[in-house]
Formats: sequence, structure tokens, C-alpha cells
Amino acid sequence: MIRRLLAALGMAALAPSVWAGEALTGEVQKQPLNISAIIMFVAFVGATLCITYWASKRNKSAADYYAAGGKITGFQNGLAIAGDYMSAASFLGISALVYTSGYDGLIYSIGFLVGWPIILFLIAERLRNLGKYTFADVASYRLGQTQIRSLSACGSLVVVAFYLIAQMVGAGKLIQLLFGLDYHVAVILVGILMCLYVLFGGMLATTWVQIIKAVLLLSGATFMAVMVMKHVNFDFNSLFAEAVKIHPKAEAIMSPGGLVKDPISAFSLGLALMFGTAGLPHILMRFFTVSDAKEARKSVFYATGFIGYFYILTFIIGFGAIILVSTNPDFKDAAGALLGGNNMAAVHLADAVGGSIFLGFISAVAFATILAVVAGLTLAGASAVSHDLYASVIKKGKANDKDEIRVSKITTIALGVLAIGLGILFESQNIAFMVGLAFSIAASCNFPVLLLSMYWKNLTTRGAMIGGWMGLISAVGLMILGPTIWVQILHHEKAIFPYEYPALFSMIIAFVGIWFFSITDKSKSAVKERALFFPQFVRSQTGLGASGAVDH
Amino acid sequence: MNDSIYLKIQNSPRFKELVKKRERFAWILSAIMLGLYAAFILLIAYAPQVLGAKLSPGSSITWGIPIGVGLIISAFILTGIYVQRANGEFDEMNAAILKEAEQ
Repeated sequence: MIRRLLAALGMAALAPSVWAGEALTGEVQKQPLNISAIIMFVAFVGATLCITYWASKRNKSAADYYAAGGKITGFQNGLAIAGDYMSAASFLGISALVYTSGYDGLIYSIGFLVGWPIILFLIAERLRNLGKYTFADVASYRLGQTQIRSLSACGSLVVVAFYLIAQMVGAGKLIQLLFGLDYHVAVILVGILMCLYVLFGGMLATTWVQIIKAVLLLSGATFMAVMVMKHVNFDFNSLFAEAVKIHPKAEAIMSPGGLVKDPISAFSLGLALMFGTAGLPHILMRFFTVSDAKEARKSVFYATGFIGYFYILTFIIGFGAIILVSTNPDFKDAAGALLGGNNMAAVHLADAVGGSIFLGFISAVAFATILAVVAGLTLAGASAVSHDLYASVIKKGKANDKDEIRVSKITTIALGVLAIGLGILFESQNIAFMVGLAFSIAASCNFPVLLLSMYWKNLTTRGAMIGGWMGLISAVGLMILGPTIWVQILHHEKAIFPYEYPALFSMIIAFVGIWFFSITDKSKSAVKERALFFPQFVRSQTGLGASGAVDH
Repeated sequence: MNDSIYLKIQNSPRFKELVKKRERFAWILSAIMLGLYAAFILLIAYAPQVLGAKLSPGSSITWGIPIGVGLIISAFILTGIYVQRANGEFDEMNAAILKEAEQ
């Protein structure tokens, strides 16, 4: 018998990885063809392709292509950032986690949110003032261009690759579940569409696709939460009371369960979530699409609000599913399990509160979400290759805009082909750990180099290089030796590294490495790099000479 | 952009004041956010029963719900507080510094 979709986060209750929320995994059962969902999805694709066409007419320079000409407002950018964060898997996964374990879903989402204020307080404005198109602009501002840009580009590409695989596999599974279409059709479709957005529309189209999707997702989720609350007469007390009465775990769904096993794992996970966000290339890139530091700050404010609101909605939706879905035999199979698996909790709830048209709407939005996220990832990967590797490392800063964009477009196609290939290759693999790995690498390589380049005067190229690579390698290495890959994927008896999340250790390794190899660096170039800190500091604080600032 | 402007700003007492004020403010807010989150994680790890306790004997809502939702709202409020001051007071100081330096 085919195993039902072992919902990624449903499995979290059985032990494995908290990361699963970002990646749909396990085997799925193909559902019957869903016509209304397909029609609405086609409408979404049509609208976004129109936007891409419109954006392609306006894209004239490299600044337009990479950073939407710096003309996105703080509010729009806040929505786009929130859109990057509210992936299909986090919508379906977190509501499924709430559905199966209750309170743990809230703990999980809080971990994802608290990084944002820190990004605002410590990074956002300096990043905007120093950078142009990619975060490597900032990291390499006063350091050796070749070395630091190569490091940052590798860090970006590795993060993008793992994130992309997770999203592609998720897209394939989701389309089987929601539309009743073939896995390969989904993966190829996603690959082609994301290339179209990025190739022709650049950052402008990618941003607008993300904004539209964020608005659709937030409205759909709001409608569901309101309908759930209407069912319980807008009384939280009876919402929880009813859920406790129905749920097999009863009272346990109202307090922390098995999500966090020990303080070290919890702490390590928290660090990866918080600082990994501050090292994700596709998120950092969004800070260059606004005109100045003022708008960059506003973006984070709005993004934090939208993301927080969204997590509160998913919590209500999860509880709503306990009350309205788990009690309805229409949504269950003979064995009493949810049709299509626990990840379908929110989708079934859409049917329960809004009928088949609304079900189609939510399915289409869930799939659109993946599309928007992979487009952002692809653009970030393509920029790392064209702006950092090609223009700065290979051409030593002498490339012209036209060639640079051409390289970016070639990379986009290459990434599209690669993503389709990997999506098909990893179809039946357990990819739940990949988003975790992406966050851990971002927190251990991109983030330390970026942070210290802005804050620490004594940082030198040698320190950043050696420490950054140490962080990258230790994050990957410890993840492989840890329980997730060593035991669950490679089927060894016992993990060599006992913790699931390497970030706590790999971040310490990176920071200590950067510190040690910087202070012991007595070279001539190190002296020069330290002297350059003060002009950089003035610019990071005041925005004097910042790109885009002259337009005002 | 010539170096003398950067040097002038760097040595300006107003610039030093702005940096000191803004950094202090940013670090205080970061410490509050990190402190709240760390306290929450420690509660989960060492005293989960606190979060599982009911608000009142007749209620089905546990303390974990307002604490968790409160944490989400406090993240939003803290960013709001920072943006309010940074986009107002600090940006005015910043504009004055740039104007002074360009003279």
C-alpha cells in the first residue's frame, strides 16, 4: 500500500527534523485533477507574465536588473520580504504542525520571526548604505575583491542550491497533491516559469510576483482564520476548549511538546534561524531595491508585521483544522488518516470553510508561493555569478553592464536547467534537512563575514577568507556527521556529532577563525584595509556616497 | 567623493554623538529581543509546565498562548520603536551632519 504523504512537519512529532517545515517530503499520493485550482493558477501565471513583460520594458540598466532601479518603496519591499519568508511549505507545514502538535507550531514560528528585529537593529541600514547589488559588495568593500567575492559567491551559491532543491521537490509533491498533475510536469513548469521571470523581468518582476503572492496568501489565510473564529463565535477560549476535546493528545496540545529536546539543540537551532536569515542572499538582495536607509528600515518593520501576523493566522488555522477537518469524515480515509497527509490540513480547511472555489484559490496560491520564492533564489544565484564572480573576480571590475547582464541571464538558464535536473534527481530523497543546511551555512559563512566587515575595524582579507571557509566547511561537515544525515540518510548506527543543528558550533568556529587570522595578519595590505575602515564607517552610518542616494 | 569630507565627518562631534546614540539604542533593543527569546527557550527547555499552566481554573487558554503571541507582537513593536526614532531624530541629525560637512 502506498504510504500517505508523511507530512514533513507531521513527522516532526515522530522525531526527525524541525526543518521539515520548509520542505515537503515523503511520498505523496496523487490526487484527482482539480480544475478550479488549475484555472486560478493559470490566471496567476498569466498575470505575472504580464508583469514580467511590463518590467522587461522598464529594465534598461544593471541597476534596474539587479535592484529594480532602487525604486521599490519600504512598504512594497516589506511585503516582498515577507513573501520570500512565507513559503508554501511554511504555510502548509506550520499549520500541519499546529494540527498535529498544537503549541509546538507557535514555538517553531517564533524562531523564524525573532531574527528580523536583530537584522533591523544591527544590519539593515549599514547594508543599504554600503551595498549596491549583492551582499558581497558590502563584505568586500575594503577587503580583497577577488578573495572575498569568491567566498561570498560560493556561500551564496551553496545556500541557493540547497534551498532550490528543497523548493523544487516541494513544488513537485505539492502539484501532485493539489492539482493531480505529474511530479515531473510540476518541476519542469516551475523551472521554466522562474527562468522567464528572472530573464525578462529581473528584480522588478521578481519583486512584484512576490508582492502579489504575499497579498493573495495573506488575504486567503485571513479569510480562513476569520471563518474559523466565526465558528467559535470569536471566542478563543472555546476555540481551544473544543480543540482540546477533539484532539487525541488532549491537554498536551496547549503546552510545549517534543519539539525541543535539549537546550543546546534549541539554542543552536535558534541561532541558525536568527542569523541564517541575515545571511540568505535572496533576502539580503532585497535591501538594495529601496532608495535609502530610511526605506530599508521601513521594509523590515512592515516585513516583521506581515510575517508575525501570518504566523498568528497559521496558528488559528491549525486549531481550526483540528475542529473542522479532523471531525469531518469527508476529509479522511478508511483508516482515519487525513486524505493526502497532514500537510493537507490547511487545504482541507479551505474546503471546509469556503467550498471548492476557495479550495482552488488556496491551492493555486500555495503553488504560486513556490514559484515566487524560486524566482528570488534564482536571481540571487545569478547575481552572485555575474556581479561577483564575472564582473569583479574575472574581469577585475572592468566588465560593462551589458556583458554583466548577459552573464547573469546565461547563469539563470543554467540554474533553471540545474534546478529541474536536481528536482527530478531528488524526487524520492529525504530533502528535509536541506533548508536547515542552507540556514546553517548562511549563519556560519555569509553572516560572520558580513557582520564583521561592517563592525570590526581589524578584520582583514586573510581573516575573513580563512574564517569564512572554516565556517562553511564546518557547517556542512557537522551536518553530515550529525544525526540527520549520518544516521537517517546514511543509515549509520550512531551519529559522530550528537546535535542536529551545527550552527552554534560552526558559528563559533567561523568567528574565532576570522578573529585569529585577522589579528595575526601583519601584512602591508592588512594595514591598508584597517585604515579604510573609517571612510567605510562614515558611509555606513551617514549614507554619504551610497548608491542610489544621488537620485534624490 | 573626496576623502576630506569623510575625515571631516569622522572628526565631527555631532557625528560621534549620532553614532554613540544610535548604536546604544540598537544594542539595547537587540538585547531586549534576544533576552526575551532566550528566556522563552529556557522556559521551554527547563520549565515547560509554566507555559502549559492555565490562565485561570475555568479557562482552556494556557499561559503559553499569550506569552508566545506576546513575543511575536513585541518583535513588531520593537522594530516600530527603532524605525520611529531612526527615521525621525537620527535621520535629522544625519542630515545636519552631511550639510555641515559639505559646506
